[in-house]
Amino acid sequence: MAKGKTFAKPEALSDAVTHYCPGCTHGVIHRLIAEVIDELGIRGKTVGIAPVGCAVLAYNYFTFDFQEAAHGRAPAMATGIKRVRPDLVVFTYQGDGDLASIGMGEIIHAANRGEKFTTIFVNNAVYGMTGGQMAPTTMPNQRTTTSPFGRDVNDVGMPIRMAELLSSLATPAYVTRQTVLKPKTINKAKKAIKRAFEYQLAGRCFSFVEVVSTCPTNWGMTPVEAIQWAEQTMLPYYPLGDFKTPEADGQAAKDSV
Amino acid sequence: MAKVLMKGNEAIGEAAIRAGCLNYFAYPITPQSEVAEYLSRRMPEVGGVFLQGESEVAVSYMIFGAAACGARVFTTSSSPGISLMSEAISYIAAAQCPAVFVNIMRGGPGLGGILPSQADYFQSVKGGGHGDYRLLVMAPASVQEAVEMVMQAFPLSEKYRNPVMILGDGLIGQMMEPVEFPDHLRTEPTNKDDWATNGMAFRKSDKRNLVKSLFLDPDQLNSNNLTLKAKYEQMKQEEIRFETYNTDSDYRVLLVSYGTMSRVCRTAIDQLKEEGVEVGMVRPQTLFPFPEEAVRTAAGKAGCRAVASIEMSMGQMVEDVERSVRGSLPVHWYGKCGGDVPTPEEIIDFTRSLL
Ligand SMILES: Cc1ncc(C[n+]2csc(CCOP(=O)(O)OP(=O)(O)O)c2C)c(N)n1
Ligand code: SF4
Repeated sequence: MAKGKTFAKPEALSDAVTHYCPGCTHGVIHRLIAEVIDELGIRGKTVGIAPVGCAVLAYNYFTFDFQEAAHGRAPAMATGIKRVRPDLVVFTYQGDGDLASIGMGEIIHAANRGEKFTTIFVNNAVYGMTGGQMAPTTMPNQRTTTSPFGRDVNDVGMPIRMAELLSSLATPAYVTRQTVLKPKTINKAKKAIKRAFEYQLAGRCFSFVEVVSTCPTNWGMTPVEAIQWAEQTMLPYYPLGDFKTPEADGQAAKDSV
Repeated sequence: MAKVLMKGNEAIGEAAIRAGCLNYFAYPITPQSEVAEYLSRRMPEVGGVFLQGESEVAVSYMIFGAAACGARVFTTSSSPGISLMSEAISYIAAAQCPAVFVNIMRGGPGLGGILPSQADYFQSVKGGGHGDYRLLVMAPASVQEAVEMVMQAFPLSEKYRNPVMILGDGLIGQMMEPVEFPDHLRTEPTNKDDWATNGMAFRKSDKRNLVKSLFLDPDQLNSNNLTLKAKYEQMKQEEIRFETYNTDSDYRVLLVSYGTMSRVCRTAIDQLKEEGVEVGMVRPQTLFPFPEEAVRTAAGKAGCRAVASIEMSMGQMVEDVERSVRGSLPVHWYGKCGGDVPTPEEIIDFTRSLL
């Protein structure tokens, strides 16, 4: 394929038309994963794990082996696979309700054990699939169907910053936060996803890519408004960048002895 | 192979290895933590996988993930832990993956107690998790039988692509008995390339595999459930196992009992025989599928006046015994479930009260 000239569909992506709403960023993230899998030539040894959330049917859009998890349990399933088949490339694809609420225990312990799989964490500040209820990542004062007067942080606390939380663990890992709101950030997000898979392929560490995303449907916005809201409201609270790299962790470990 | 003296829990761990299962995930809970302790040493020796998960919930999904990519895998736990695993067990059954779960039961409900119990009969045999699924449930009455059942459980779970549960009471796990491991140790794993997510390149296929339990289309869900049902019907045809005791005699009472409880019943039956009272017993070795026909036939023998289910629970298997006997005789229950096993004397007194 001539680089940068043709816009072909990645082999790792199927022909199926997605069920995602117009303007939803799930589709963009799927494509980035598929491009990375093609570029690394790992389609034949990859197993994806679908969450319970809007991406539950993600397996319809990819062309490699897939497992469908129960709500929040994808990191435990990925652990099971990687422990018995370290030669497979495994990633979980999870929303914020799935990962930061019901599945909080599984993701923290998988990260802390340094399981050699990759997690793509889609943070859209809301429970998409069940109709826009409050998530642990919902912004202060953000209205959702279960916080109709806006998220009251005195009542339910502040939104959880997963990348920061996981980067506080002492086990070496790659933890980064990216977004797909603009072409430039999409390119960066793709680089981060590729790097995450490369760490896994090298058997190096757990890798985690949080992607600040939009849910125009449940935010009650047009796709363009949703992008603007994410930039103005989410990005100041969810700053982009690498929070943890195994290189820096290795240095820190050396410094401490 | 010569007999060795082994604690039930350790023998269960060793039996899994001898059956070619080199993958174990678990979370500690009394009275079966010795399985994890034993395998934390033993798995590295045989190049296997041992991992202590962060909870039974996580462990059960580690089992699911590993099973779904075609690995032989098992876990052990006890009652409260099995409650937490029941969600995953439902998913594994729905997604048709083979896996082995061992429940060394303790008393319940709630935190209950740590002494032996058989109070998870309903949980294992009738459901536990949500939805229309069944487990193949095997109930050992000795350490030797636990070893044999664990070893049979793996090929059975693969034959049916369904979870198999070994349901033992705390005594099975805790007591030491001489055991002999069968000589032909490893069974060949079945071909899993048709369905397992073991990587397209590894199975040299262009067709990807998908392990899932979501069927939004009602016809597809119904059809998946019919596929499951057909397997459960096949189990009823091919897997029922039971033992009878003193059923050649002209017994007047038929006892139905399983696991450790059935051993106490044997002692009671022997003693009653000496006193001139004949009592027979059917001991189910599979609880699902339940040996309905065997119980019905034994209850129908001329001279048999009453049937009793003897259990370390408040009366659970008794419902299956009633179902089997179909109202032709009165069905009674005797049991205890605080943790102490009913004594032969108590069973003798109870049995005499039925004469
Ligand atoms: C055990 C369990 N509890 C609740 C649900 C219902 N449920 C389905 S998806 C979902 C939330 C998904 O939200 P998120 O993870 O943020 O993903 P999104 O849909 O936004 O992509 C919930 C609560 C479930 N399927 N299983
Ligand atoms: S509900 Fe939200 S997250 Fe789900 S598909 Fe629609 S826009 Fe995307």
